[in-house]
Amino acid sequence: MVGEADTAIASILSQAVSHRKGAGRLKDILLANLVMVGEIPAETCKEEKRIRFVMDRFRECGLDKISTDEANNVLSVLPGREGGESILVCAHIDTLFDGAVDHNVKVSTESVEGAGIADNSLGVAVLCTLPTLLQELGVRLDADLILMGASQSLGRGNLRGIGFFLDHHPGDIKAGVCVEGVDLGRLSYQSIGMLRGEIVCRDAKAASEGHFAGGAIGALSEVVRWMERIPIPHRPRTTINLGAVHAGKSFHLPAARGGLKFEVRSEQSGFVETLQERLKEIVSQVAWENDVELELQVIARRRNGGIEFGHPLTAAAKQVMERLKITPEVRPSVGELSSLISKNIPGITLGITERAPSPESSEAVRIEPMFSGIAQLVAVLQAIDGGVCDVEGK
Amino acid sequence: MSKASDTWLNANTFHHSAFWDLLKLIEEKERKNLTISLCIPTLNEANTIGKEIVIFKSELMTRYPLLDEIAVIDSGSTDETRAIAASFGADVYLDEEILPEEGNKRGKGENLWKAIYQLKGDIIVYVDADIKNIHPRFVYGLVGPLIYNETTQYVKAFYDRPLAFSQGIRPSGGGRVTEILVRPLFSLFFPELSAVIQPLSGEYAVRRQVLERLAFPIGYGVETAHLLDIYRQWGMKAFAQTDLDRRVHHNQTTIALGRMSFGILQTFLSRMEKFGIIKDLAEVSRIYRHFEAQDRSYRLNEKTIQEEERPPMIEVAAYREKFLTAS
Repeated sequence: MVGEADTAIASILSQAVSHRKGAGRLKDILLANLVMVGEIPAETCKEEKRIRFVMDRFRECGLDKISTDEANNVLSVLPGREGGESILVCAHIDTLFDGAVDHNVKVSTESVEGAGIADNSLGVAVLCTLPTLLQELGVRLDADLILMGASQSLGRGNLRGIGFFLDHHPGDIKAGVCVEGVDLGRLSYQSIGMLRGEIVCRDAKAASEGHFAGGAIGALSEVVRWMERIPIPHRPRTTINLGAVHAGKSFHLPAARGGLKFEVRSEQSGFVETLQERLKEIVSQVAWENDVELELQVIARRRNGGIEFGHPLTAAAKQVMERLKITPEVRPSVGELSSLISKNIPGITLGITERAPSPESSEAVRIEPMFSGIAQLVAVLQAIDGGVCDVEGK
Repeated sequence: MSKASDTWLNANTFHHSAFWDLLKLIEEKERKNLTISLCIPTLNEANTIGKEIVIFKSELMTRYPLLDEIAVIDSGSTDETRAIAASFGADVYLDEEILPEEGNKRGKGENLWKAIYQLKGDIIVYVDADIKNIHPRFVYGLVGPLIYNETTQYVKAFYDRPLAFSQGIRPSGGGRVTEILVRPLFSLFFPELSAVIQPLSGEYAVRRQVLERLAFPIGYGVETAHLLDIYRQWGMKAFAQTDLDRRVHHNQTTIALGRMSFGILQTFLSRMEKFGIIKDLAEVSRIYRHFEAQDRSYRLNEKTIQEEERPPMIEVAAYREKFLTAS
């Protein structure tokens, strides 16, 4: 069995470089998809227009099993030679940019720039191009390939799209590959423990003239001071990120309302749960001492998990990268991969290209590395199809 | 509106969605043995040209072979326009290198005129390079009427997508120069032509057999001259127009529109004289004047705008040798 797998991966590696050339031949289709996807705003939970576009693209590729589900995911199946087993390729549809932002895309000789181009319009464009690309490369998998544009992924979306799909998909999924626009070389095979939340403060007395307390801003500052005193281990790596604060309206009145958005990430199993309990204590204490209402709202949670460093899928992905001269950068994920892991489905996340310099209000990606990123994706799919995940089982 | 204009409007005004079925369009194009060239005239359009080429090449050549050629005719851009266009597979030409024996003049009309010699299609579709919301409809919406209807010679774009309107009837038409200058002139002298909703739009598709017989003002007057000359020679039946929904681009300043109007008026007056509608027209000034003010100090700015014309391409020997000898 292992010998057969070794032969299969050797054959796949030998094709990887020609895949890159094949991807280059479809440069205009890939970039046109990127421009058209990128110019459709797709704020989380407002992805309908982009989903319609992806459906149209799937239809134009000649796919016939095209659908959306109750969570607004867009799905299609590229039938395999044998069928029965399925491999999932997914890219999240939503971006961090709302519809009010200018979504005009600029294409230069070496890069493409626009709101949400890197995260994750490029991933969606690759998904739209994949059926045409496999045909161009003459690659026909044995397993069915499920192509999925996952909705409601980011922020408060909390991976609702892929979660719904995995909860309701009737068949077995052999493995999954999550596609992100950046960064080329990214190799995620583990989910990091994560807690994303907001501490919301309401001070009912703040609007009164002559109220000398600190209002919502004072209370939230107190929360921050307590959070800074929480001991954080360096190994396993753990971070508490204070992401955004909002509070107050004027100069002369204390803020009546405010919020602090934060995210905790830890490679240490169970640390996030411990920290959540500590945050609850801090919130209760500060609320009582400052006579305000404080509420800890949990927006998203991820549990630690994933396949091992030595898993054949990870090993195969690293071999493919090496053959394509891509430097692997191992990093944990809090994206769609977490949902695969929670269902014990082997999976990895791959990036397609490198970022290019861009204004702060936009994103930009380099064109040339995209072809290596796509070749890498195809070769990894071939490896899964060839049985790398069967060696060790799920 | 007269009954004739109403009839023309109803029969010759389309929406791009009428031509969405590209496979059917291509089948008809092939059945009629037509070739189609896209010409994009440019001058420093690095911000938008890459996107245009990528979209047109992918959607109208690679996926659906509606276009046989995508060409950029550049007036000497100093930015990356030519390099970007070439890198995405367009044929890129510098206007001064086309028909060098004819010399070189500055103006968009020069690029459009030289495209007739350089490009090979039976139909040439012209699309400006500054469109931010580019989409394949900008091409298939314009060539559709030419492919399906052999009487149609010239298809003009118009853009009409109201964002919100509560009643059944709403005003529709062109930009400021169209509504303040061109439509009043057409209404006075060529009432039938006022049925063309956006006579100055830079997007249009034309059969070679008509293009090669048109004189080309090289500046602002090229679109107006085309309409007048085609109307005069072939009548309203030669025209069609297609609604392309919406065009996003940079708006021009009022001063720039003043210069444009000055050029268009020159072309219009010269045609009036040529057609014998106005006789003994005195020599008019070619200097456009407008004011600038700073505090209480006023200054008169003067700019020479000379609407030169290129002759019909069929009168150029090199063209006749290239196209007519072969046929």
